[in-house]
Amino acid sequence: MKLTVEGLSVRYGVTQAIEAVDVAAHPGEVLAVIGPNGSGKSSLVKAVAGLVAHAGVVRFDGSPLRPERIGYMPQDIGARAALTVLEAVLLGRLGRLGLRVRPEDLAAVEAVLGELDLMPLASRYLGELSGGQRQLVFLAQALASEPSLLLLDEPISALDIRHQLEVMEIVLRMTRARGLTTLVILHDLNIAARFADRVLVMRAGRTACCGRPEAVIDAAMVASIFGVEATFSSDPQGRLIVTPLRALAAA
Amino acid sequence: MTALSLTATYAAMGARRAAVLVFGCVAILVSLVLDVATGPAFLPVAAVAKSVFGLAQDRTVDAIVWSIRLPIAFVALVVGAALGLSGAIMQTILNNPLASSYTLGVSAGAGFGAALVIVLGVAMPVPEAWGIPLMAFLFAGIACAGVYGIGQARESSPEMLVLAGIALLFLFQALLALLQFVASPEALQQIVFWLFGSLQKASWSKLWIITVVLVACIPVLVADVWRLTALKLGDERARGLGVDVRRLRLRSFVLISALTGVAVAFVGTIGFVGLVAPHIARMLVGEDQRSFLPASALYGALLLSLASIASKTVLPGAIVPIGIVTSLIGVPFFVWLILRNRRAFW
Repeated sequence: MKLTVEGLSVRYGVTQAIEAVDVAAHPGEVLAVIGPNGSGKSSLVKAVAGLVAHAGVVRFDGSPLRPERIGYMPQDIGARAALTVLEAVLLGRLGRLGLRVRPEDLAAVEAVLGELDLMPLASRYLGELSGGQRQLVFLAQALASEPSLLLLDEPISALDIRHQLEVMEIVLRMTRARGLTTLVILHDLNIAARFADRVLVMRAGRTACCGRPEAVIDAAMVASIFGVEATFSSDPQGRLIVTPLRALAAA
Repeated sequence: MTALSLTATYAAMGARRAAVLVFGCVAILVSLVLDVATGPAFLPVAAVAKSVFGLAQDRTVDAIVWSIRLPIAFVALVVGAALGLSGAIMQTILNNPLASSYTLGVSAGAGFGAALVIVLGVAMPVPEAWGIPLMAFLFAGIACAGVYGIGQARESSPEMLVLAGIALLFLFQALLALLQFVASPEALQQIVFWLFGSLQKASWSKLWIITVVLVACIPVLVADVWRLTALKLGDERARGLGVDVRRLRLRSFVLISALTGVAVAFVGTIGFVGLVAPHIARMLVGEDQRSFLPASALYGALLLSLASIASKTVLPGAIVPIGIVTSLIGVPFFVWLILRNRRAFW
């Protein structure tokens, strides 16, 4: 189902976090949101999720977005609650849970735990996991709700390179298989180029540009948005490879 | 693993937690029997048992057992349960292991309310014996409302609420000190004794009032049990899961106010149970609130019941105020508990 965002603005006190942002994302599509720190990426995702006060319109399939359609994974992974992995992932289905957990809820959790290779950790407490493992648990939680819209705020920031690839492959596969609309905040331009169908570039709370990775990620954009000089090449499959060389002096 | 094994994992977790709750119930039963069997009157156990089962011939024994020991033993249980439960709710909604009604000013508010009646002799349209509990209950509610109200100023973040609680703790302690400063020697003595916490004024009517409040809280908690569990993952994550955090906190503060207010009103300030019982529960069953809340209530009841026994036995022939006993025995136990805990829950 199509996500439509029009004129989205978020203000925290005197700070304008994002201003008049327009975005559209389609079912089965992964839209990567990139940009330097403080450019408004998280505020955009939080506003779409309805977690911060905002101006503007957020519609999903032409209607106001309902919370139960969203699978949201926030940036913070520091949760040290005395909850097991199983319980934390069950919480993804919060609206459907009763005092007794139904077999279908356990089955849904089991499916997603299996998908992310987390079954051996099911009875472990969150505090006993590494940061990367916790990140996987909260991705599982977002997926367990069987959402239509997946909002992922830096889902691979604490993962090693193998798990980064594995998680993004899962996100891509689920997006395609379930027809999800996926917004994912990323810092790694190579990961964005490899897994995103389109890339939205944020700068100072506004949309700088948006389009297919090979059309958007180029030397001029990386220099002007990130202040970095980089070289560009392709792997044997023709996928873009960005190699940062040095930070450019501030203008 | 197969679907069966995840179901089995879940069932095993459930069975382990049920065992903890059953053990708590059995321990409470044993403690209750010991509590009724002990006291400064040194009655033979057989005589106490006969009286409990209505077989006693001695009216003095009946009076001691039915008018003093049984109400005290049962009030210890329900007050312990109320304090354990309110501490657990507070630690959950504030995501802070130091939170309890005692550390965040609610008990201090109640103490101030009680002292106000003692010192000023405020005219109440109720018998004197009920004036102190009523004002203590009222001021526990005022303290709770104060914590919540100040916390609202900054979007009711847990940190702001904790700071508001600490500020109110100091405020009520200062006001209490002021009342003690101006009080007559008799009133001062009465205030100090009230602040020690004591089960000696327990009665059947007080037992029923505390029990009714405790039971009335259960349906609200059952309805919120998963939302409270989600709140343990932090405000933002809970909101992302569809929880109206603000309303959940408001409902929870009302429950905390009622539970703490009714407990403290009748027995005075008993500090340690509301802090320690949730820690014990957390170590035993984790923080799935379906197990955590009942475990906190059960182990709170057990702690206060054990403290009640200790208060009658540490000094033969005398009853030490229970608030002193809970802290003297509770502190070393608590330190031992947190030092041996290998899981990083806080």
